[in-house]
Amino acid sequence: MDNNQKGLEQIEGSLGVAKAVALARPGVVCAYPISPQTHIVENVGKFVKGGALKNCEFLNVESEFSAMSVAIGSSAGGARTYTATASQGLLYMVEGIYNASGLGLPIVMTVASRAIGAPINIWNDHSDSLSQRDSGWLQLFCESNQDAVDTHIMAFKIAETVGLPVMVCMDGFVLTHAFERLQLPSQEQVDAFLPEYQPREFLDPKEPISMGAMVDPDAFTEVRFLQQRKMVKALDVIEKVTKEYREITGSKSGGLLDCYNCDGADLKLIILGSTVGTAKDAIDELQAQGNKVGIISLKSFRPFPYEALRAAIGDTKNVVVVERAFSFGARGIIAPEVERACKGMGTHISTALCGLGGRAIYGTTIKDVVAYAQAGKFQEEFTWFDINSAVLNRYLKDSEGITLPDGPLAESQLCESVRKVLA
Amino acid sequence: MLEEIKFYQTGSNTVGNRLLNPSMRTIQASGDRPNTLISGHRACQGCGEALGARYAIDAAMRATGGQLIVCNATGCLEVFSTPYPESAWRLPWIHSLFGNTAAVGSGIAAAAKVRAQRHGDQTVPRVIAQGGDGGTTDIGFGPLSGMFERNDDVLYICYDNQAYMNTGVQRSSATPPSARTATTMPIGAEPGADWGKGKNVPLIAMAHGIPYVATASVADLRDLERKVEKAMSFHGARYIQVLVPCPLGWGVKSQLTVTCARLACETGFYPIFEAEYGRVTGVRKIRQQQPVLNFLKVQRRFAHLTGKKADPKVLARVQAMCDENIKSFGLLGDDDPQPAPTAVQALERAERI
Repeated sequence: MDNNQKGLEQIEGSLGVAKAVALARPGVVCAYPISPQTHIVENVGKFVKGGALKNCEFLNVESEFSAMSVAIGSSAGGARTYTATASQGLLYMVEGIYNASGLGLPIVMTVASRAIGAPINIWNDHSDSLSQRDSGWLQLFCESNQDAVDTHIMAFKIAETVGLPVMVCMDGFVLTHAFERLQLPSQEQVDAFLPEYQPREFLDPKEPISMGAMVDPDAFTEVRFLQQRKMVKALDVIEKVTKEYREITGSKSGGLLDCYNCDGADLKLIILGSTVGTAKDAIDELQAQGNKVGIISLKSFRPFPYEALRAAIGDTKNVVVVERAFSFGARGIIAPEVERACKGMGTHISTALCGLGGRAIYGTTIKDVVAYAQAGKFQEEFTWFDINSAVLNRYLKDSEGITLPDGPLAESQLCESVRKVLA
Repeated sequence: MLEEIKFYQTGSNTVGNRLLNPSMRTIQASGDRPNTLISGHRACQGCGEALGARYAIDAAMRATGGQLIVCNATGCLEVFSTPYPESAWRLPWIHSLFGNTAAVGSGIAAAAKVRAQRHGDQTVPRVIAQGGDGGTTDIGFGPLSGMFERNDDVLYICYDNQAYMNTGVQRSSATPPSARTATTMPIGAEPGADWGKGKNVPLIAMAHGIPYVATASVADLRDLERKVEKAMSFHGARYIQVLVPCPLGWGVKSQLTVTCARLACETGFYPIFEAEYGRVTGVRKIRQQQPVLNFLKVQRRFAHLTGKKADPKVLARVQAMCDENIKSFGLLGDDDPQPAPTAVQALERAERI
């Protein structure tokens, strides 16, 4: 790849990620189309077919289940392996996702985060990525396309160092289809950072191994314990790899989390993904009005950086987690982790559920969250923040004879509306 | 010439290995056989799958000079050969999932090719993906078809014992009609597995136009070895389906595995043939045709067809199915036809309409 070391490129996020992947010189890339991930693998395919990415096999498979399975085979076969997916595609490969982490295969996969149907919806939220919370993969979230470019290159090194697969989660459309100025590292820089893949063990006729044996109750718990140890190691590896990458390239990307305007903030927002950028602009405006709000951009969701997050929250007693997915029959997915991180610190933690199925999170949305939090209105753990009661009432009024008030709806209001009907 | 001499052992149809010249003897007859699936594994007595896998993989080891990687679907073969911390495999081997084995094979083949390119190796290790009929004809069928159409350099071997044996003998799409399984019990008006269902995966494989497709059985292990060696002489997607009786699932005495497999061939119940690039190139002729009753009566899964309460009409239908196979594949006579066989299920479905 002949990337201009000095110049910035004004390109689509997907092309930037494809170039980053090519810089990592993968041996096998497999692809199955699903929006909004398609442009990434289309571009990688072009690099392979055009000869820019040499000694790489590009496989057009017949499903995401096979995409993950080919990735399992090629990674076990000793090749650096990449694939990408989103939403329904991610769910279709789930059996393989768990298998890849159990086998300890350092696959790197982009998840162009998108809502899960039904109802079918192609737009961005985090319900796909977060559904794989317990899959044993590292999950790194990107706040910008520059972050995505850098995180992909780091992901290969993190995966191969830890011996676990990595999902790089970037917001579908919002990032994948956005044109931004991107700084791509040079091939020399990437080669220095990420040498040719040397698997510790692989399917090699010279040194035969058996992989994927059946483990009975005598050792299964211990295998899981060792897997969890790898996850804990990964916390350290992510930080070290980030430091090394930043030194070589001068990038500011990566890390376990990133703090913005956090010093002395009396309110902190915890955000994953592209919303961080929107929130930074909104917070800057609030700052000018004398409002001290900090943002913690959570980069690593798995492993979850409990200690780093506890330190980042510090003395701040008011914390709102802006979540773009939730757990049916329960509440937020991220806030309970934050609670664990802050145990005993007397921190008030609540979830503002926003931006489902591509509902835009504007600067005004963030400012509203801040105003709501500063007014002490997040009394409950979980609030449907940017919900439109007019749409709800069109249905509820006719079918159940009730209406809900305008504005954010706390979980208790949802429960109350059910009780009212049951009574 | 040697081929014209029938070296059958007295009282059986077994080709006498000892009478053959050394170049024609089976790989297993050799003292330096690879023993790729080594003894000590936990297969049942008389397991047809263990027998078939042992011959097939050893033949492939010889054909590739030991440059072989195997991936295995979930199933008996996987479970009995690799209970942690033991492994009966003496070659690089991986088990991933039940339904993805063909795709894992594609990935291994791609990695092997790229590694050879990058390291300047002249030999590229070859890949065999293997599984039972459930992992092949049902849950793994999508990835299998994908591997076929991409013509990835993988030999897929299906050990066909005609049901899900590892989970306790449930029906698969390879289960023959009337057979008793745990999900097709011999009760009601039409006992056993339904008629007019199932699929013929060798013919479907041929329809992909892949270089080589064959069926084989553990009744003729030399033929199985030959077909595996032939398959390894091609590059691209290849498919071999081996009939492997399951003493437990079929209700066959464990000493009758090979006999039962032979009866399946000699009755026309299981046509043995091979095809290149979508066309049949060879058929294993029936040596001594037998009525299908002889095949059915050694198996408890067909006991309801052969006992006192049996419906002779059902037996006649099974016989008609075999006769159709014999006609369709040209399994009798000395001529060398070029049949264009159809799936035997077609006969039943046509009659139903």
